[in-house]
Amino acid sequence: MNKRSHSIAFWAAVAVFLVAVLSMTQIVRNEYPFFAGYVILQFIALAVAWSILGGYAGYVNFGTNAFFGVGVYTAVALFKATGAPLVVQIAAAAVVGMTLGFGVGLLTLRMRGIFFSIATIALAIIIETFVMNWRFVGGAAGIQIQRPPVMAPFDSYVKMLFFVQAVLAVIAVAIARYIQNSRIGRGLQALRDDELAAECTGVPTLRLKLVACMTSGALISAAGAPAAMYLQYADPSSAFNLSYSVSALAMALIGGTAHWIGPVLGAILLGSTQQLLAVTISSEVNVLVLGIMLVLFVVGAPKGIIGLLRPRYRLRAGGKP
Amino acid sequence: MDLLLGAVVLGVLLGCFYAAVSVGLSVAFGLLDVPHVAHPAFLVLASYGVFQLNESYDIDPLLAGLAITPLFFLFGLLAYRVYYETFERRGSDAGVRGIAFFFGIAFIIEVLIILQFGVDQRSVSATYIGKSWRFGEFRIPIRQLVAFAVALALTVLLAMYLSKTFMGRAIRAVAQDEEALRLMGANPVRIKQFAFGIATAVLGIAGALLIIVAPVEPTLDRAYIGRTFCVVVMAGLGSISGTLIAAIILGVAESIVLTLFGASWAPAISFAMLLGVLAVRPQGLLGR
Repeated sequence: MNKRSHSIAFWAAVAVFLVAVLSMTQIVRNEYPFFAGYVILQFIALAVAWSILGGYAGYVNFGTNAFFGVGVYTAVALFKATGAPLVVQIAAAAVVGMTLGFGVGLLTLRMRGIFFSIATIALAIIIETFVMNWRFVGGAAGIQIQRPPVMAPFDSYVKMLFFVQAVLAVIAVAIARYIQNSRIGRGLQALRDDELAAECTGVPTLRLKLVACMTSGALISAAGAPAAMYLQYADPSSAFNLSYSVSALAMALIGGTAHWIGPVLGAILLGSTQQLLAVTISSEVNVLVLGIMLVLFVVGAPKGIIGLLRPRYRLRAGGKP
Repeated sequence: MDLLLGAVVLGVLLGCFYAAVSVGLSVAFGLLDVPHVAHPAFLVLASYGVFQLNESYDIDPLLAGLAITPLFFLFGLLAYRVYYETFERRGSDAGVRGIAFFFGIAFIIEVLIILQFGVDQRSVSATYIGKSWRFGEFRIPIRQLVAFAVALALTVLLAMYLSKTFMGRAIRAVAQDEEALRLMGANPVRIKQFAFGIATAVLGIAGALLIIVAPVEPTLDRAYIGRTFCVVVMAGLGSISGTLIAAIILGVAESIVLTLFGASWAPAISFAMLLGVLAVRPQGLLGR
């Protein structure tokens, strides 16, 4: 198939997905599927956003929680100060996330490998420390959030958040897909394979890395923005929880980072496993499963699930199915 | 002024303790180039081992630390073997996956500790814990002095081992030029594995010091990622004497900020210093 028919197929699938999500919110009565589904959609957005920098460019970001927490607290601060609606909160979180991505990029993207990774952990802890000392949003104790009345056509706030997160996940996937197939994606892959060689052949490596860092940051923060409304509560140690970093990284690597579908598969598989385990066993055990899966896949299946599927479905080197 | 002087004195004691917890990483990351993010997780694991021995058999924490040292040595041998076989030997893409590997290991250790011991803080009992000495106006907890003395001894011993013994020199040689060593008939992988074992074994004692200085909790390793990497990077990769100096600088900085601004800022200090060092002098710090 050529590029255009791929695009048509992709957008048709997106339309079908969103219509399905919307009609599900109108038909299904029980709220639990929406609670669980929200989390899985959030992980899809996080894993896909992580892989733009971590997968395409090979910069292992441990600071997903920094961007996520910044998204949460941008929304909280804005809501507390002005009572802004959800859409405005998300947009503001994306802008702040993008700005933070730019700053992080400038500061750290000249570092490579482990230095970059440690620097992103550093960033998360420094920002968390500032939020803990920030009285307006409740400091270390956290803050209670009163949900505003729900908007039509939804009859419950959780259903609305489920739809909103579905839209965010779709946006993240569409952007990741666009980047992968564009010059930016090819440039990122070139610098991932050999940064010096890419630089020498005229790839504007620093600019590309900045673009990747800003896009990834904006998407992660946007995905985090509705979290306070979802939980009706926000506190620094859960908003900046390291498990968001592990989840995003693990889901992307387990799914495979050569193609945008990898993180989506990883997030769906692990996210739904976790939802099941959290209900049936305990939340500690599901984090343990995540960690063990990450280590097993990194050791045994370096290209992730799509790497395992590749021989059968003949994914080409360009990454198109 | 006296307050500040007291902070400096305590900072120096704290700094020597930081040297002891970082010196293993200085070998593993500084000399062997292994992106060992799980080092602080192994450290906290050692503390829980010491806690268990102290709790069940009433063994002195330092002796308990010594007792688990051989176990940690084997642990280190095993970890390096897995790392080498899966990442270094295959070469391609080792960076991304190697870092993710150790990150995953650190996380697994954290959760296993939570499942076994719960999330509460744990501490040990010994005759020297809880008392303090007065020097004029200062009060110095004896636990800090014990940790200081043992940490200093540990760091100096390791530095001497690396510079004076045959094996120690082989370890430094393998860090400098692996190929030359191979041509001389030595097995560089064996040497590196042994060095990684030593780097992990040191954590037995360091873990004992960690739980002697203050109570531990399962997620304490996160704060020590900043502290240990800050020390190792500031020291200049692989320099043991540099490790001691850098650790004392960090200890004093933390102690002063703690005195002036309070404990809520403490976790950020080492990370801020690390970022500062990386941002100001990346060229001197990236590779040899």
